[in-house]
Amino acid sequence: MALSKKTLINMYETMNKIRLFELRLQELFAASEIPGFVHLYLGEEAVATGACAALTDNDMITSTHRGHGHLLAKGGDLKLMMAEIFGKKTGYCKGKGGSMHIADLDLGILGANGIVGGGGPLAAGAALAAKYRKNNDVAMCFFGDGASNQGTTQESLNLASAWKLPLVFVNENNGYGISCPQCKSMAVVDIADRAAAYDMPGVVVDGNDVLAVYEAISEAVKRARKGEGPSLVECKTYRWRGHFEGDACTYRCVEELEEWKAKDPIPRFESKLIENKTFTKDEAEKIKAQIEKAVDEAVVYAKESPMPSASALMDDVYA
Amino acid sequence: MSEKTYLQALNEALRQEMERDENVFILGEDVGQFGGCFGVTQGLFDQFGCDRVMDTPITESVIVGAATGAAACGLRPVAELMFVDFIGVSMDQLFNQAAKMRYMFGGKTTVPMTLRAPQGAGIGAAAQHSQCLESWFMNIPGLKVAIPSTPYDAKGLLISAIRDDNPVVFLEHKMLYGVTGEVPDESYTIEIGKADIKREGSDVTIVATSQMVYAALEAAEKLKADGINAEVVDPRCVLPLDKETILESVKKTHALVVVHEAVQFSGPGAEIAAIVAEEAIDYLDAPIKRVGAPFCPVPFSPPLEQHYIPGVKNIIEAVKSIR
Repeated sequence: MALSKKTLINMYETMNKIRLFELRLQELFAASEIPGFVHLYLGEEAVATGACAALTDNDMITSTHRGHGHLLAKGGDLKLMMAEIFGKKTGYCKGKGGSMHIADLDLGILGANGIVGGGGPLAAGAALAAKYRKNNDVAMCFFGDGASNQGTTQESLNLASAWKLPLVFVNENNGYGISCPQCKSMAVVDIADRAAAYDMPGVVVDGNDVLAVYEAISEAVKRARKGEGPSLVECKTYRWRGHFEGDACTYRCVEELEEWKAKDPIPRFESKLIENKTFTKDEAEKIKAQIEKAVDEAVVYAKESPMPSASALMDDVYA
Repeated sequence: MSEKTYLQALNEALRQEMERDENVFILGEDVGQFGGCFGVTQGLFDQFGCDRVMDTPITESVIVGAATGAAACGLRPVAELMFVDFIGVSMDQLFNQAAKMRYMFGGKTTVPMTLRAPQGAGIGAAAQHSQCLESWFMNIPGLKVAIPSTPYDAKGLLISAIRDDNPVVFLEHKMLYGVTGEVPDESYTIEIGKADIKREGSDVTIVATSQMVYAALEAAEKLKADGINAEVVDPRCVLPLDKETILESVKKTHALVVVHEAVQFSGPGAEIAAIVAEEAIDYLDAPIKRVGAPFCPVPFSPPLEQHYIPGVKNIIEAVKSIR
């Protein structure tokens, strides 16, 4: 798949945006500056980046509790996200949602979701709306290996295939459902094998290779747009951090983490881009420095923003 | 204006809304050719086709969730559960997704979804197909809950529910589908959250919902012989609850009996009683009485089932104990 320089650089920017944003969250959380829970996406940047690169703003995604990567890849704004995570009035959801419930329907983000497996039925609804309107849009459901065992996911896979909905199921298999390794929660090695039960294509890709992800997802998106129904793309990746910040991670060994860190998707992609002369090492560093600056600005914006006032408590319970 | 059954009234509401707004569609189990579990969607499949009357697999989570997702994307789905008892299967999609979406997203979306579900005992359907669960939904901010008793109310409230920009749980009583009443042929709305005084009276307020409205009216007729003139207030919706009408009535009659088929303990009547106790206790000259189902699952055997369902006798006893 020949991609334009602009697309490749956009992907590189997106991956770094996710990485640097989350590294900053890690620090801020450790410094007790962020309320609530934070589930970091570090190490999985290639999945959201490659998948969302195949979509337009009109295509809807449903995200997960580990959703910052999806939201940024779909075009989410650093400042508004940071402010929301800080619980500020200026955040994406006026401080009402926090890390797990960021949404921006204008960008096609039908919300991150605190319920494992919660997004499948909603994505089926978004795909149904696209089919109903015949507008050629698709929906995409991000879900993890843990969520792949939920009844809601099976129901959504089944409905999508029975009704040929324009829906792409993106499974981010990071090896662990909270503390439970995949081998203990299911007998299958490849979650993509489950696609056969619903008579849809199921493919496995290296989730740390952004171009492999992009290629597989693009194929699935093309199928969906043509009215050929849903697909399941399993992206094998790894979660660098614990399930949540503060998780002691006693359930896995350091060697395993190191092994995966050696497969870090960002340097891998960067070498490729330098090799094919998309950019130079200096240009790559410049991109990272610019993003670092933007993250700094987002933190300042979030910190300087006001908290929601008590009078906002009852706003938006009803339309 | 003509005489129609509760079922016809609901069917007419669906048809007129689907004719009016192409964003309105129906999804659920057996809603298509079959015409709905109790026949509410009869004829709609023939008129609107499978693209707007969608037979789903028997998978309640994705029925409620897909309706929620489609609603957030700007459509107006009307999902049907065959029986309200199946809400347990799909509860997460209703109470963690549909009900909270707007609030969690800081007002960024609306969820104009209607979830229709028959409830109630009386047909020997046993414990998993006979419950009245409105108090489950009443405790969830973000939802609205309609529970009409008459054909007229059923049509007007269903049209309002479909047009409402919030998720509305629309509870039909399966024993009421055949009940007849005057229903205008044209489309009309009834404000969601507006009670209706079904019978005026001066001596006691009986707040009753759904099928119990009929039992309350019958009890009121019988109480006339004892010189007790009962007022029957039908909230028509339990969320939002029209407490003003209830309080006004109690201030006039100075006594309150709350009646519903849902289990009495922690049932919807508990909230109504608490509101009146908090806001109008000085007007009461007797304790508040509640009439509801006993604290047990709905039994199968017909005589036992009849014993389970609150009736005219229980209402008369409750009124006489305070009047």
